[in-house]
Amino acid sequence: MEPLNCDDLSVREVNAALRSLSPGASARIDHPRGRHNLAVGLADPVTITVAGNAGYFLGGLCGRADGIGPDIEVDGFVGWSVGENLMGGTIRVHGSASQSAGSSARGGTLMVDGDASLRAGISLKGGTVAIAGDAGAMAGFMAQAGVILIGGDAGHGLGDSLYEAVIYVGGSIASLGADARVEELTDDDVLVVKRLVALTGFDHIDPSRVHRVASARQLYHFSTQHHGVY
Amino acid sequence: MCGVVGLLIRDPALESRLGALLSPMIEALSDRGPDSSGIAVYSGGAGSDPDHDTVRISLGSDVAVPWPAVCSGLSERFAMVARPVPSGAVLEVPTPLADEVQAHLGRHWPSVRTVATGRSVAVVKDTGRPEHSVRAMALTEWSGYLAVAHTRMATESAVTLLHSHPFVPAPDLCVVHNGSFSNYASVRRSLMARGVRFDSDNDSEVAARLLAERLESGDDLDEATRWIMKELDGFFTLVITSATGMSVVRDAFACKPAVVAETEHYVAVASEYRALAHLPGIGAARVFEPQPEEVYTWNR
Repeated sequence: MEPLNCDDLSVREVNAALRSLSPGASARIDHPRGRHNLAVGLADPVTITVAGNAGYFLGGLCGRADGIGPDIEVDGFVGWSVGENLMGGTIRVHGSASQSAGSSARGGTLMVDGDASLRAGISLKGGTVAIAGDAGAMAGFMAQAGVILIGGDAGHGLGDSLYEAVIYVGGSIASLGADARVEELTDDDVLVVKRLVALTGFDHIDPSRVHRVASARQLYHFSTQHHGVY
Repeated sequence: MCGVVGLLIRDPALESRLGALLSPMIEALSDRGPDSSGIAVYSGGAGSDPDHDTVRISLGSDVAVPWPAVCSGLSERFAMVARPVPSGAVLEVPTPLADEVQAHLGRHWPSVRTVATGRSVAVVKDTGRPEHSVRAMALTEWSGYLAVAHTRMATESAVTLLHSHPFVPAPDLCVVHNGSFSNYASVRRSLMARGVRFDSDNDSEVAARLLAERLESGDDLDEATRWIMKELDGFFTLVITSATGMSVVRDAFACKPAVVAETEHYVAVASEYRALAHLPGIGAARVFEPQPEEVYTWNR
């Protein structure tokens, strides 16, 4: 397919063209210039390259419940909520991501080569959010399932009100959020991180030296003894 | 939502293109705030000539005013320049005449309000989408060294010209706000009890007046901005400009977006990157998001 030029096409036209691709086909988006909602809602395994910086919701709602989906690569940075509600496939951002990267994703893999801003992996429901660099405050807020890997440092309030998602941090943790705790790293954890390092190529992360952050599960139930704090 | 943009020129060669660079910035954010817009442009002229002590006064109104008639009436009566913009007017008034000019306006055009004063700033506000105002005022032809603009999605008070940002609570001090404050009515009451006057019942104006009060009391911009964080409960990206520079600050949760692009030729800030994507040399610019509760200031 000819490159899709955002200087000539509306976002709706770009997305309609992407949706017409046959499984296995590929396409390139030129001159995105920070436009929102590019390459959203694609169910098939196609390959998309975004040649520049994209705006909000890049690759959102992509993939199917069985984990199949497009492979999207961005040669630049992205705005808020990249890969929101991702179901399958992969999104690779070669720059940094703004807030709420991978929010509510249920499947697939989001990889950010740079840093991610606040609330990365908020309300994650499955799938994987991997950040090579630092993550801003409140990463993993209320994340319910899935894995968040942070190669660099994590900001304040990490994993606040976590459910069953697990966060691995290669660098330092500014502070933990409510009910999040650092737990001992098991052999299974090391294996999980080893696989993620192999998948992402984030080989500056030493799988045996990451911090495992998970829920202390103290907020799961109300306690009459603590009624004063609710 | 609302959209905010600011542009501080560092390379004097770009000053003649200020309006042309700013126009697509604010138009790109039109969908974030289709209700009204406000554009402030700082340039030399009025205040830059020490031999001619003049003040620049920007006018607006919430009712229809025949601005060409207002302007011709003023320039016939006083030795001054008056220019319709066209949703208001910008006056260059010799400072000794300023009170007389205001009294004249009060007598002949009681619905006219002063929306800004200063030595450097001219402010144009209007209801409707920003592209409407950009075209009407021929913004692409304006030059200057600093500009800030706002496009408003009204959430808490009326859509009128006087409710539009920027608010100019002191000479040459402009404040634009994306966000909302929840306790602004009580903060406004305490400011009014201390003698502060308001042009509207807009929440953002409370932040602007509080900021000006703190600056007047001797706080520097950093201290004054921390006062906003302490007194006001809410979400904000604020862009604050004065004759000397531009500042940006975001609330503790960074609920409202902001992106900065910095080169040796300019510093630009916008709610979204797509408002910056057309700027010259953007590919090589240092692009970053301001951290929560950190006050960033760039001076001329």
